[in-house]
Amino acid sequence: MADKPRVAIFDFTGCEGCELNQLNFEDQLLDILAHVDIVEWREAMDGQVEEYDIAFVEGSLSTPDCINRINEIRRKTKVLVALGACAVQGGVNGMKNTRPIDEVRQEVYGDDKYLFPTLPALALSSVVKVDYNVRGCPMTQIEFLKVFTALVMGKEPIEPDHSVCVDCKLKENECVYEKGMICLGPVTRAGCDAHCPSFGQYCTGCRGLVSDPNIKGMEEILVEHGLSVDEAWKRLELYNANELEGVRP
Amino acid sequence: MSTATGTNLNIKVKHLTRVEGHGNIVVNMKEGVLEKAQLEIVEAPRYFEAMLKGRSFHEAAIITSRICGICSLGHQITSLKATEQALGLEISEQTVQLRKLLIHGATMQSNLLHAYFLAAPDFLKVGSVFPLVETHPEVVVRALRMKRLANDIGDVVSGRAVHPITPVPGGFTRIPTAGELKELKRRLAEDMYPDLLATVETLKALAGAIPQFERETEYISLRNDDDYAMYDGDICSTDTGRVPDSEYLKMSNEFVVPHSTSKHAKVNRSSFMVGALARWNNNHDRLGELAHTAADALGLKPGCCNPYMNTIAQVVEAAHCAIDSIAIIDKLLEDGLKDEQPNQEPTQYGTGIGATEVPRGILYHEYSYDRAGRVTAANCIIPTGQNLANIDDDMKKLVPEIIDKSKEEITLHLEMLVRAYDPCISCSVHMLDVDFIE
Repeated sequence: MADKPRVAIFDFTGCEGCELNQLNFEDQLLDILAHVDIVEWREAMDGQVEEYDIAFVEGSLSTPDCINRINEIRRKTKVLVALGACAVQGGVNGMKNTRPIDEVRQEVYGDDKYLFPTLPALALSSVVKVDYNVRGCPMTQIEFLKVFTALVMGKEPIEPDHSVCVDCKLKENECVYEKGMICLGPVTRAGCDAHCPSFGQYCTGCRGLVSDPNIKGMEEILVEHGLSVDEAWKRLELYNANELEGVRP
Repeated sequence: MSTATGTNLNIKVKHLTRVEGHGNIVVNMKEGVLEKAQLEIVEAPRYFEAMLKGRSFHEAAIITSRICGICSLGHQITSLKATEQALGLEISEQTVQLRKLLIHGATMQSNLLHAYFLAAPDFLKVGSVFPLVETHPEVVVRALRMKRLANDIGDVVSGRAVHPITPVPGGFTRIPTAGELKELKRRLAEDMYPDLLATVETLKALAGAIPQFERETEYISLRNDDDYAMYDGDICSTDTGRVPDSEYLKMSNEFVVPHSTSKHAKVNRSSFMVGALARWNNNHDRLGELAHTAADALGLKPGCCNPYMNTIAQVVEAAHCAIDSIAIIDKLLEDGLKDEQPNQEPTQYGTGIGATEVPRGILYHEYSYDRAGRVTAANCIIPTGQNLANIDDDMKKLVPEIIDKSKEEITLHLEMLVRAYDPCISCSVHMLDVDFIE
């Protein structure tokens, strides 16, 4: 990429918290702006353009219009980066996929359900090629800076593939299970510095699963620590319903 | 309806920029008669109610905070209040104070983000904040410094400003240290205070760009006897006075309209307004000196009916939040921080309501739980949804008044109107009210 990379930022079905986290780089924002040209970002600026080098995309795909728009973005960009759990693996939106879609629509909109077209919530990668991921809910800011820096320097970002437990041990945190709580750290992909356990909360699995998770073992641990099998699976599916599709007994 | 007989006007702004979420502005005037003036909400629905069903009370706030990144703290606190009432979980005074501090941080961050990054570019006739980095660097640096401090309140007290970690049913998973709170207080006094005064000066110079438009409407916000109501209070209308929050459904009647995936709302008139301007109109007597100094300097008066002044009311509130944050930290330090564990032993399983003032207005959550502590019904009413009918009514009055201006100017006035409400469109469609009755 010669000169400054042209960057565009887009959002699909999600809470826009990942984009907000980009505006929350108060200490680095001016440096970031010095290294790229932001050419399109609806949440923060006017205007649309025809092509860009890097597209950061937040949110999952959940309407027919989303599918058209993501295909268009893929055509216009050289590199596509999925931002946050909704874009990377479907995120919390995926929970609705665990139930029949018509039942879900009936519950929320009643007789007006056909006014608003909907699909199961999909990860970007199930429709287009995604080049890199910035995981988390909201996206992990330190990981965004790593991926961003690598791309601007023309290097290949490296995605971690070990569990949150490893990071948690390195931070010398007391194991969450020792405190009488449950935790999804053993099957969740690291890269967040075990942020939630460091603040006394359990890992909810927002960064997605490691590539070869022992789900059966995880279920056993959750049940040993007091959850019913159904409750254990609900916790596992909070962020990862799409990845676990077909695995649930 | 219009003096300009015979005028034809067609405006369609698709996916309005510098607002949170996806909305279109549509205006049609045919031969001087206004046929349509409305904000269409086209955000994709997310079906949160269906996601909540059967979930543990431990997860309800984690899930509902994901309705909206910008309002995540507000959803979380409101959700926790509803859950605690439903399950009979008592919370400590320290928990209340820490939550109030978090609400101040989130309100400051959201109000300042809107004023500096989303609204100010219109006043300076640029398309975004980015050109201002070149032309007004000191203003951008100041805005970032203020936002950083507001976010740091969230980072220190709740672990993360977006989708907070530590607030859980019954309390907090981690209590901030006295040193952390003292440092926040120091920065509020030494940095935020002068920055707020400078913000008022900057806005004063731009105030001429705020359109003069008035439409009297009903203003609804929380109100209590103790403070500028944010964390709790009765529901107060400028038309009919105070009622307890248990009557929230009556004070937020919702109805489906075909042009919006978010429902609309009305109470005593065809529409009402919530948010900073409504809070100002109901509770200006509860604000302190700095907030009133800011309001005087910026021409914000009690009983203000100009919706464009909502942005000014947000800045006035930011001043209040900064000063009151210092007072809360002083109280917490004086009482001594206690390393409390959250109280998570339910004493009942029923229905509970939470009503909180979040940056864009009153947010209501209501949940019912079964005896296993699982959600059986949920209802959330979102501030932006409450404002949508009011925005449409404003447009219907505004367009004929400015019909002699160019189409570009009319469009800009309409875009600025919608932005003044600081609409959070993701919120407004992500959680439509519904009870899942089995």
